[in-house]
Amino acid sequence: MVTTDPYAGTTESTSGQVFNVTGGDWDTIAPDSLDGDRLVINMGPQHPSTHGVLRLILEIDGEQVHDARAGIGYLHTGIEKNMEYRTWTQGVTFCTRMDYVAPFATEAAYVGAIEKLLGIEDQITERTKVLRVLMLELNRISSHLIAIATGGMEIGALTVMTCGFRDREEILKAFERITGLRMNHAYFRPGGVAQDLPEGEIGELRDLVALLKKRLPEYAALCNANPIFKGRLKGIGHLDLPGVMALGITGPILRSTGMDWDLRVKQPYWDYETYDFEVVTRDEPDAYGRFMIRQDEMWQSLKIVEQCIDRLEATAGQPVMIADKKIAWPAQLSIGEDGQGNSPEHIRHIMGESMEALIHHFKIVTEGFRVPAGQSYFAVESPKGEIACHAVSDGGTRPYRVHFREPSFVNLQGVSVMSEGGMLSDVIVAVASIDPVMGGVDR
Amino acid sequence: MSTTQDGSNETREELVKNDAVELEVIEVREGAFGVHGTGDTSGFGGLQRPVAMPAASLPPFGGWFDEVAEGLAGGEGLADAIEKVVVDRGEITFFIRRELLKQTAQHLRDAQALRFELLSGVSGVHYPGDTGRELHAVYHLLSMTHNRRIRLEVTCPDEDPHVPSVVGVYPTADWHERETFDMFGIIFDGHHALTRILMPDDWPGHPQRKDYPLGGIDVEFKGGSIPAPDNRRSYS
Repeated sequence: MVTTDPYAGTTESTSGQVFNVTGGDWDTIAPDSLDGDRLVINMGPQHPSTHGVLRLILEIDGEQVHDARAGIGYLHTGIEKNMEYRTWTQGVTFCTRMDYVAPFATEAAYVGAIEKLLGIEDQITERTKVLRVLMLELNRISSHLIAIATGGMEIGALTVMTCGFRDREEILKAFERITGLRMNHAYFRPGGVAQDLPEGEIGELRDLVALLKKRLPEYAALCNANPIFKGRLKGIGHLDLPGVMALGITGPILRSTGMDWDLRVKQPYWDYETYDFEVVTRDEPDAYGRFMIRQDEMWQSLKIVEQCIDRLEATAGQPVMIADKKIAWPAQLSIGEDGQGNSPEHIRHIMGESMEALIHHFKIVTEGFRVPAGQSYFAVESPKGEIACHAVSDGGTRPYRVHFREPSFVNLQGVSVMSEGGMLSDVIVAVASIDPVMGGVDR
Repeated sequence: MSTTQDGSNETREELVKNDAVELEVIEVREGAFGVHGTGDTSGFGGLQRPVAMPAASLPPFGGWFDEVAEGLAGGEGLADAIEKVVVDRGEITFFIRRELLKQTAQHLRDAQALRFELLSGVSGVHYPGDTGRELHAVYHLLSMTHNRRIRLEVTCPDEDPHVPSVVGVYPTADWHERETFDMFGIIFDGHHALTRILMPDDWPGHPQRKDYPLGGIDVEFKGGSIPAPDNRRSYS
């Protein structure tokens, strides 16, 4: 059978005829194959609404999905393997590239696991912990904004998309001021953070909070009671508590079943127990419930961010790196005429004043520090669920093995059960409600 | 006074006290900076460093660890399931005999006193020097009811890389086991569709194994050449 459609080429394969379709109606593309037969549709890997390079293999009968499978691996870059060939400190630069929408959560799991292996959790300074929590919570807002923005775009709510990216940009600007980069920060380091807040940042952060407080209600006004929005989201991607537990799904999807599981409260790290915030749950285990949870969580995160700013004001001038010189990164970054680099004070010290300081700098930067043999598991609540790092050390200066329990990877297993039996158009809503980031899924 | 991450009442000091003292040597490395054989005038080629993981701990393990260990061993037919227990850095690891892994997982999930409802993940580790038990599959279990975490570790030799699948108990293990198979070549018996997941279907080898090279090309810049990361001299 040859199609007359100029855009739909056709090839023969061992499993039958394969059409390459970019648009159009089936009755013009292949009129003979419409007799109630099920069609296998390959959605992705390059499809605008699959959140990166996700491939969905859908078996459909008309508009109804009978079978949905996810094919992944298109963005696999071997980050975990690469980390085995760098020092423990360099590893942060790699793992921050996994889930590029929520990079701080990945960094947090990794440095947490190292600090547990080193047994230095008690030596992390207070200001370090506050800075980490600040970045994690700002990141939660920016990640949820992406989830809402892209989810809205995929059902045709383009204004939600432009609003989401506009507000996320403001948070990324704060990230750029603090870490030097909009994404791929490598800001958390074993023992501390890369650098302290720049001058005047407290005021900028307060302006950011005020701006977000003004902007966040716009999403509620645009979407919450919008009949089209509710029509597309309510009851779609339904997955109840037993299903969620069996599939190991965590994060907003778990909390949309009414379960109040949040690692920040249940297994607190970095003094989360001292912050005043609430865990958001809902008894609507569908796409709408997850959308509402993400919205409410942004407000809770904003509440934590405000408390962080107060604490940062109170702890100004305190160190942001562990005192142990055998672990602490020796240099402080600063911005010079030729870009970001070591501070002139540090260069003057090692090049002009102290031979020992130069040797120490050289040794710790090229060789790194040794981590006692053993393994550890450190879990944090990322915007998408439990992200954890399983780190194994053989006593050397490099990780022997690091494995990341990526929430996107685990949660994506739910796509089959969420979309089978539903309409083809609802697959997109279900995937958006999972909020997978393929960089994290494939690593 | 600091509590462990999973919020139990025991102090870290109490748990550390129970940590293993004797280490278990799994490998001895020789040389440093890639110096080997004749022509070595640096002396670094003569360096020897044993690689030792924390060794088995003896009961009592402290806190709720004993409760879980007894509950696990008390399961039907599971009296011999535990090969050894390692308590290290406030975490407990149960080495499970691989033939009893599935029953152990079932018991850990269903027993009222244990209730490890959630399998956080499956991860593999390759120890080429650990003869007869080169491949390790590591399971992290979470009990939301009791707010506890434990780790199960199962070993298998390179010649017989088979481990029973726990997909029947924890459906979430589906993709995790596929990933561990893809990366390490551990075959999970009983998995309904054990195929590659991250690498292409026709990929040869298992990339995360230690005998699989990282690959990469030398970086050349202004006449100088930097070797690929796995060919650079190393300290460990």
